[in-house]
Amino acid sequence: METLASSRRGFVNWLLGTGFGAMAVWMLYPVIRYLIPPKSGEPSVANVTVPWKPAEIKANSGRIFRFGSQPGILVKTPAGELRAFTAVCTHLNCTVQYREEKQDIWCACHNGVYDLNGKNVSGPPPRPLEPYKVYVKGDEIVVSKGA
Amino acid sequence: MGRLPGSWAELVKAVDAWVEERIDLTGIRDLIRHKVVPVHRHSIWYYFGGMTLFLFIIQVCTGILLLLYYRPSAEQAFESVQFIMTEVQFGWLIRSIHSWSANLMIATLMIHLFSVYFTRAYRKPRELTWISGMLLFGIALTFGFSGYLLPWNTLAYFATKVGTDVAGQVPVVGHLMTRILRGGEDVTGATLSRFYGIHVAVLPLLTTGILSLHLFLVQKQGMSVPPEIERDGRPIPTMPFVPDFLLRDLVGWLSALAVLGALAAYFPWELGVKADPFAPAPAGIRPEWYFMYMFQTLKYLPSKIGPIDGEVVGVLGFGLGGLFLFLVPFLDRKTAQGEKSPLFFWIGAGIVTYIVVLSVLGYVAPGGK
Repeated sequence: METLASSRRGFVNWLLGTGFGAMAVWMLYPVIRYLIPPKSGEPSVANVTVPWKPAEIKANSGRIFRFGSQPGILVKTPAGELRAFTAVCTHLNCTVQYREEKQDIWCACHNGVYDLNGKNVSGPPPRPLEPYKVYVKGDEIVVSKGA
Repeated sequence: MGRLPGSWAELVKAVDAWVEERIDLTGIRDLIRHKVVPVHRHSIWYYFGGMTLFLFIIQVCTGILLLLYYRPSAEQAFESVQFIMTEVQFGWLIRSIHSWSANLMIATLMIHLFSVYFTRAYRKPRELTWISGMLLFGIALTFGFSGYLLPWNTLAYFATKVGTDVAGQVPVVGHLMTRILRGGEDVTGATLSRFYGIHVAVLPLLTTGILSLHLFLVQKQGMSVPPEIERDGRPIPTMPFVPDFLLRDLVGWLSALAVLGALAAYFPWELGVKADPFAPAPAGIRPEWYFMYMFQTLKYLPSKIGPIDGEVVGVLGFGLGGLFLFLVPFLDRKTAQGEKSPLFFWIGAGIVTYIVVLSVLGYVAPGGK
């Protein structure tokens, strides 16, 4: 009798426990999914036309341009060649800049340095900057992915 | 009944009697009457917890005032803070006090934390007080980090990019954590909305609960006496909490208020330049001083340590350091058994030295430009 009662109680407790457990999961699941932001609605960009004319850009300088939602950097080397890379530092995401006096690409956040091929040469960045292709079409400069 | 009380004292007495007739307050009365604070050569450290609490109350009050004008969107946040500082009467003062008080609060909190560490007040039976305190420290840092972004200026924008990317270095779940923190792949207006919600709703709620537990435990268990003073074996003199200690506490609070007022008035907190996601990170970029040692460490770590990225090693290192502090009541067995444990003194001293040296380097070491 005793064991029957206790096993019955045990069963009811188990039922209650799993019931509440399931309810907690059932309530938490949508909340957790809600916290994860939806994928951005912006289509990924394959190429952009930068808002400057080739003649405007002097040698040994660099400018930040908008590549979709990300910043890119357009560099004109001292020899006059146009190059473009992503401007997002591979270390911790800051936006890099061109240093005229040292002729390199520099990230102010943690003192990371890249050369004019986008290669990480000193400081903490673990990888080179992703290079872009640069075309000059008459008066326009077009930058596209996949160099 | 029926007769109106003639004086202030009589009125207080009447209200008191009215309440007493309905609710039994003997427990609270006894607690206040019997609560004492030990007096010894390390008693000074007892004041820093209360001072942190005082500065937190100032944060709540000034925070509520800022809420009345602040607008949490990438288009309006910077302008609304500018409006508070230039148009609203005494707006500059309220915002300046909020920023300064936040920094002073982290400072007193750190002093409180390490004084508790070095006086071994975390030992049995106060493990839960220590753990709730460490949680409050984590919450305070999150308050600081989330509040830093709200004015939407360049410094804050890049500090947030870096800070949320640091979370992304955690193996396996890192990327998802960064996305959840940012409300997307990048730091945008969505990040600002999230940080705002965290800063004004989530963290205050958590603080209320954990702070209540922390204060309840302190009242329940009384003040800890450092083991070296207990070992002397001499009886330890005490002072009543009400009014002796409380009045001394008040002197501390008033001093903090004076320092705060002077800082806020003479060194008004700057607003800086509005964040532009398509501008390079400016030279001289840096986080708040209490994250400086981490920031500086990330600068010094090489890009690869063995097969692992340098910053991953850094992030794991800080995580382990935090975990060590969190669990110290359970790791320091010797103190728990009433023995001396110099090892834990030296570990603590090492942590403090590391934080101080790297923070100072963060301000004086050349930045690279």
